[in-house]
Amino acid sequence: MRADPELYRYRAWDERLPIRWPGGARLAFWVAPNIEFYELDPPPNPARRAWPRPVPDVQGYATRDYGNRVGHMRMMELLDRFGVRGSVSLSAAVCDHHPEIIEMCAARGWEFFSHGIYNTRYAYGMDEEQERAMIEDSVAAVARHTGQRCAGYLAPALTHTERTLDLFAEAGGIYTCDLFHDDQPTPVHVRSGKRFVSVPYSLELNDTIAYVVNRIEPRRYGEMIKQAFDRLYREGEQGGTVMCVPLHAYQVSHPHRLRAFEHALEYVVGHDGVWFATGAEIAEHYLAHYYDQDVARAAGAADGGVQERSEGTPP
Amino acid sequence: MTLDAAHLRYPHRRRGMDHERYAWSMLAERPAVAWPGGARLALWVNVAVQFFPLDQVGKPFVPPGGMATPYPDLRHFTLREYGNRVGIVRCLNALDAFGIRATFAVNAAVAERHPALLERLAARGDELVASSWHMDTPHHGDMPIGDERALVERSLSTLRRCSGQAVEGWVSPAGSQSLFTPELLVEHGVRYMGDWINDELPYAFRTLSGELVALPLSLELDDHFLIGTSLHSEWEYATQVKDACDYLVAEAEATGGGRLLALSIHPWLLGQPHRIGAFESVLEHLAATPGIWSASASEIVAAWRDQQD
Repeated sequence: MRADPELYRYRAWDERLPIRWPGGARLAFWVAPNIEFYELDPPPNPARRAWPRPVPDVQGYATRDYGNRVGHMRMMELLDRFGVRGSVSLSAAVCDHHPEIIEMCAARGWEFFSHGIYNTRYAYGMDEEQERAMIEDSVAAVARHTGQRCAGYLAPALTHTERTLDLFAEAGGIYTCDLFHDDQPTPVHVRSGKRFVSVPYSLELNDTIAYVVNRIEPRRYGEMIKQAFDRLYREGEQGGTVMCVPLHAYQVSHPHRLRAFEHALEYVVGHDGVWFATGAEIAEHYLAHYYDQDVARAAGAADGGVQERSEGTPP
Repeated sequence: MTLDAAHLRYPHRRRGMDHERYAWSMLAERPAVAWPGGARLALWVNVAVQFFPLDQVGKPFVPPGGMATPYPDLRHFTLREYGNRVGIVRCLNALDAFGIRATFAVNAAVAERHPALLERLAARGDELVASSWHMDTPHHGDMPIGDERALVERSLSTLRRCSGQAVEGWVSPAGSQSLFTPELLVEHGVRYMGDWINDELPYAFRTLSGELVALPLSLELDDHFLIGTSLHSEWEYATQVKDACDYLVAEAEATGGGRLLALSIHPWLLGQPHRIGAFESVLEHLAATPGIWSASASEIVAAWRDQQD
């Protein structure tokens, strides 16, 4: 165990080289619907129970299944209305269980990234070969069913090992959603030295965190999204920011909740200067235009070079 | 470290569900359901009539609303008793004032403890559904089937005897079941249950003993889930129920398919004097919304069943 995984260099928010998104946009906005499958009776992981109650945990299982039966199509219809594409955080087993959902997303030009096989299979305790096999299985399933090569990763149920990001980079990935240290993309150090970045996802604006952990009211969730947008949009004038809204149809798509999200999305879509992107597009743009300079700058600082004041910041 | 090889085997990774209980389907893809009179939204108000014993065992989990302090927890015991003495009357008056029908999910222990209350509910002509013996008799995966069979039998026979009703519906304490609960329910004459909350319409549920109907009783809109567990105010609760009503009515209009609003309420919670007004505001909103069919649970199940092949 280590005190710091040393995945990225420190650089304060007001000491960045300015980012510009395509079309001169100041904010890259992306929506990440999690499309997941939770098993009724998964093998018990020694480090974490899948369900609090003895099998069958009807309440826990059915709560998640609601997303697949009822929620996704509501959310899709809403995103369609605003012309916003989703970047799907996918339990790869959904390709097998519910191919209709995958086809609907693919028909919309949505991105798929890996979220493991099932959200009830945790990485805790996996050896390197096991975790690599799980990651490669998920990437292969997405390729087989959608023709897409997974660019991004969000560990299943956010369960990691010390090797998770190394392994995903080696499986051909270019970005991770697992790190919450910033509101801009960041180069991430992986053992292979491959070009790999963190794209800001968000736990704070994640509907499951909001509704299940923090237990907030739906209308307040909508207000939180608007307020986060206002601040990141304003600060994005100095250097492009990223805002992600991670969703779960089993939470946000309930009839007492979806309208609040709709109003927040309507607000965001009503602004100019916003790049409605997918996770991979954000990662690729950053890799193509900013990754090298940020890595070089970090290396200079590590060699004892002066940490120059930034040109475009502070916000 | 290495995990057991079972962690990378996926024996149920296949089309459909990872079990045989029901067919995989998306609500929006099913044939439209029509409610009587062309209603857009069927309304199921399910009033929980519960007994929380003071000598709670709390295994394998404490029921929502159960005893929380060391024995004797007179505080929570009496707060729950309040529902059957005071809260229920306030709730009945509120329902009647706005002409909203309710269905009562009754712990059979209440029928024995308060026969007058049960007679009063039965005399209204409202439907009673069974809810096991009391809140500390959970149905769960670690219980012997013989124990559960006896529990189901005792609960249903008591409630049927005391109410004079057929009692064909079931709502488990804490929404919890064992792997055998659906079979045991069918074997004891139950035709529908509210525990599987994975949908917003009735659907066919398979058991080895014959068909059962799942009539999902929403947890996310349950008054105790929002006010008790999530600590939302009673007025935030009211806002969410009204928003759900409006959303579902609009969706029914847009799609042409009937929708279901299932409201689980607890008189010990909403029947408090500072909360009943919020509940009344919900009922007022529902009563004023065109296209709502306020029905008993079995009427909703019957209307749905008549439209299945």
